[in-house]
Amino acid sequence: MTFALAMTAPLADADPVGIAGERAICDRRGVLYFPELRLLTVSDLHLEKGSSLARRGALIPPYDTGATLLRLQAVIAAYQPAIVISLGDSFHDGGGAARMHSSFRERLERMMAGRDWFWVAGNHDPDAPADLPGETVRELAVGSLVFRHEPSAVRVEGEISGHLHPCARIVQQGRSVRRRCFAGDGGRMIMPAFGAYTGSLNVLDRAYAGLFRRETLMAYMLGTERIFAISHAMLRPG
Amino acid sequence: MTEQLRLAEQNAAVHLPEPFLKWFAEKGWSPRAHQIELLATAQAGQSVLLIAPTGAGKTLAGFLPSLTELAGRPRRKPGQARRGIHTLYISPLKALAVDIERNLGKPVEEIGLPVTIETRTGDTPAHKRQRQKLAPPDILLTTPEQLALLIAAPDARRFFEDLHYVVLDELHSLVTSKRGHLLSLGLARLRSFVPDLQTIGLSATVAEPDELRRWLVSQNPPGGMAELIVVTGGAKPEISILDSEERVPWAGHSARYATPEIYSEIKRHKTTLLFVNTRSQAELLFQELWRVNEDTLPIALHHGSLDVAQRRRVEKAMGENALRAIVATSTLDLGIDWGDVDLVVHVGAPKGASRLAQRIGRANHRMDEPSKAILIPANRFEVLECRAALDANYLGAQDTPPLVNGGLDVLAQHVLGCACGAPFHADALFEEVRTAAPYASLDRPTFDRVIDFVATGGYALKNYERYARIRLNKDGLWRVSNPRIAQQYRLNVGTIIEVPALNVRYVQAGSKGSASRGGRVLGKIEEAFLETLTHGDTFMFAGKVLRFEGIRENECFVSNAPGSDSKVPYYGGGKFPLSTYLAEQVRIMLDDPQRWKKLPEQVADWLRFQADKSVLPKRDDLLIETFPRGNRYYLVAYPFEGRLAHQTLGMLLTRRLDRAGARPLGFVATDYALAIWSLADMGRMFRAKKPSLAALFDQDMLGDDLEAWLADSWLLKRTFRNCALISGLIEKRHPGQEKSGRQVTVSTDLIYDVLRSHEPDHILLQATRADAATGLLDVSRLAEMLSRIQGRIVHKNLEQISPLAVPIMLEIGKMPVHGEADDTLLMDAATLVEEAMGTK
Repeated sequence: MTFALAMTAPLADADPVGIAGERAICDRRGVLYFPELRLLTVSDLHLEKGSSLARRGALIPPYDTGATLLRLQAVIAAYQPAIVISLGDSFHDGGGAARMHSSFRERLERMMAGRDWFWVAGNHDPDAPADLPGETVRELAVGSLVFRHEPSAVRVEGEISGHLHPCARIVQQGRSVRRRCFAGDGGRMIMPAFGAYTGSLNVLDRAYAGLFRRETLMAYMLGTERIFAISHAMLRPG
Repeated sequence: MTEQLRLAEQNAAVHLPEPFLKWFAEKGWSPRAHQIELLATAQAGQSVLLIAPTGAGKTLAGFLPSLTELAGRPRRKPGQARRGIHTLYISPLKALAVDIERNLGKPVEEIGLPVTIETRTGDTPAHKRQRQKLAPPDILLTTPEQLALLIAAPDARRFFEDLHYVVLDELHSLVTSKRGHLLSLGLARLRSFVPDLQTIGLSATVAEPDELRRWLVSQNPPGGMAELIVVTGGAKPEISILDSEERVPWAGHSARYATPEIYSEIKRHKTTLLFVNTRSQAELLFQELWRVNEDTLPIALHHGSLDVAQRRRVEKAMGENALRAIVATSTLDLGIDWGDVDLVVHVGAPKGASRLAQRIGRANHRMDEPSKAILIPANRFEVLECRAALDANYLGAQDTPPLVNGGLDVLAQHVLGCACGAPFHADALFEEVRTAAPYASLDRPTFDRVIDFVATGGYALKNYERYARIRLNKDGLWRVSNPRIAQQYRLNVGTIIEVPALNVRYVQAGSKGSASRGGRVLGKIEEAFLETLTHGDTFMFAGKVLRFEGIRENECFVSNAPGSDSKVPYYGGGKFPLSTYLAEQVRIMLDDPQRWKKLPEQVADWLRFQADKSVLPKRDDLLIETFPRGNRYYLVAYPFEGRLAHQTLGMLLTRRLDRAGARPLGFVATDYALAIWSLADMGRMFRAKKPSLAALFDQDMLGDDLEAWLADSWLLKRTFRNCALISGLIEKRHPGQEKSGRQVTVSTDLIYDVLRSHEPDHILLQATRADAATGLLDVSRLAEMLSRIQGRIVHKNLEQISPLAVPIMLEIGKMPVHGEADDTLLMDAATLVEEAMGTK
């Protein structure tokens, strides 16, 4: 068996991408930041997924909420956004917010303090999270952008959504690499899932059929040090 | 008649009832001494281990105590309560149980015994299982998984109350795996139902019989052992190494050079069994043989990935002696008796002396005739290994692996199974579990943590009390909290984890599988391999060259591509690493030019060249060569400790070399050697003692470096996945839905990351590390090696590559690259895009 080692070449951060004329940074940690708007958006946190599955007998480690919040805290500290949009499925189920440990609730509230915070309703959490500040909305329009959980079937320029948990796969030198990714065609953008226990679905899956202009579709794959922009032609299904 | 034989006959008369003696006489046979000895031991109330070569009448011996006892039992009168199972037979293979039913049915019918025999496997229909519960047969033939299920049933204690014997077949292969751990716990449970239960173990020759003897009986009091009966002898096998007219290749695993010679051996024999180590070798050899098969001899292919129906057809044809040759992987390894094989050809090195002996035992399944076998080394190192194995077989050396402590993941599964059967008291269950040999040294705190894990996940963060699967009641008994838990348990029982694989289905060329529903299924291929293919790639499978058309859900679509060159399926490496024993034999041989005389001339020449250009390592030394080549610098080490240990060593050494500023780029590991390449001149660094080789190979690499590397090694993630599935943390199957391999893989990787960073001492991570140490990482073997070579490192700084280094240097780039460096690939892909878009 042959092993290749990581090259420690210095890596630059990706250039900002354009979405319906707005400039955005696809952050390798899985959040999208609009510097002009001081707006940060994150999708599919699926908080309390661990305890949600535990209710049905799968006693997987109860640390996912803590892990997800720690990572969220780090990006919020880095960008200091004025507005945060959690793009739906923030909790894995309707009772998630109520089950959350008080220490996690406090951590979340500290992050929210001093910012405009929007909970976009998702299919897992259609209602406002119990006892948490922030405003719950079906969708949200900001300038030429519209934020909603599920991508709409008809093309909407400037739509930012989540729900599908995109990932992409490439094959290089006989090896396959699969990573979570942002999927965008210049007009709309689908965000990767942020939660610690969230799985992912290949952007070439049928579930994405008709959502993108194929020729300009790019997958912004999340690397350990930076984002990698990969064009549609190089992507593989599965 | 010899004295011994006459004694045996007198004994037979004492122990065997009249109808049996008559049956033997009618057949013109006499019972063998060990059969009678085993019977006498069992009749004296002892458990017993029978070690015998194939063809020694092991099966009949194992069942004689049951059959004679059942024969003497008064018939059940109408109205009398039904009797439960008298004898439980457990084998590692479903097929073996079916085979035994047939073989045992014959004497039972001919002697006219009032004995019912039935099988119960995963294939047994539900109505038959139901009926077996109500009207159990006298002898039930089954598998370890089915035993676990029976034990987890609420009526288990009653179901087994009449049990007298448990016969364990192929015990040597059962005990080395987690299946063996689960089975040992099952036995402990049976002993608690029936305290004077007797076990009868049937085994091929093993290195440490006492380990198996302890395994068969309760370890309370500690150290108890079953009686031992060893059948030695059998005719000495005639084994030779193919002395090829052709050039033996430096590297590779195909042995393609020997195809015409193998074919002429097939022509000379009635039925030839060809063993290879991996599926891809099997495919390749099969193709090559058909390429030269001018006489269109019936040559078949058999490996575990092929469709079941296809495998059954091959097995049937083999039983009917309709085949001239079968190319097979280990699926045929165990003692299933099919057809008249008169030659075994072993292609590639056997990797262990015991394994070789067992495979050769398949030929001529009669103990008194010599088996005939030919070894075909695929490359030069394998020539050395074959020679060593051959010498070992003549000496009767044994190198079966030592038994390891029972897995905690398996124990967790068993604890939940016990709770599904009946409420348990923790003290009592702890004592019971410790009667099983693999768990004899289990301590109480660890056991309590396992219970805690089964109940609520065992996390430091006590979040899941309300979701507990088992609960401690006021009466001091643990009970399942909900009947659904038992239902889930039954779906997930067992320790066999399948690698995620997709069905391979025929379609029309170019259809991508979307237009038609497709043709028949050829078998299953690992997802990991299929992921590296693109539309139009060709590969070998099921004895055909196939074109990859695409993947749709859980199916891979292929079309026929006859005549095309194939991209050979990936070389998954030998399944088994070189045994410690054989490795040492190879080192001894290298150190002793006298023994080179037995080697083919071209191989002996190769060693002489090495002695001339560099040096040959002494028996206990570690030779390190360094040399430049191209614009890289190479380090080649020859520990001969097997691929897994070398892989781990490579990971650790490259970390250290990186810190020392050698800028290592990659490494490759084989069973014999390890090669690392770098940008800096490692030879010069070692001579300047910056670092010294002694420091580089210091045992302390197994401390922090190992921990740091393990942190996110894919090897450990894979091990964790198995532990998570076996322990019941994640379900293999959930009522009403089947999870695909991918879904499980993704989630266990994520769970691993979260658990590792939040509770690194969790019991499941502890179990994972213990597994990895003996499994994929082989840390234990690496540790032994590092301690052996202290002060014995020999460094040769060379101008150019040495003869001994050629084989491993040829492996570079030929084997698929595995790495943690996925980002480099993304970088390459992204750069291509940037170039294409003109942004760079």
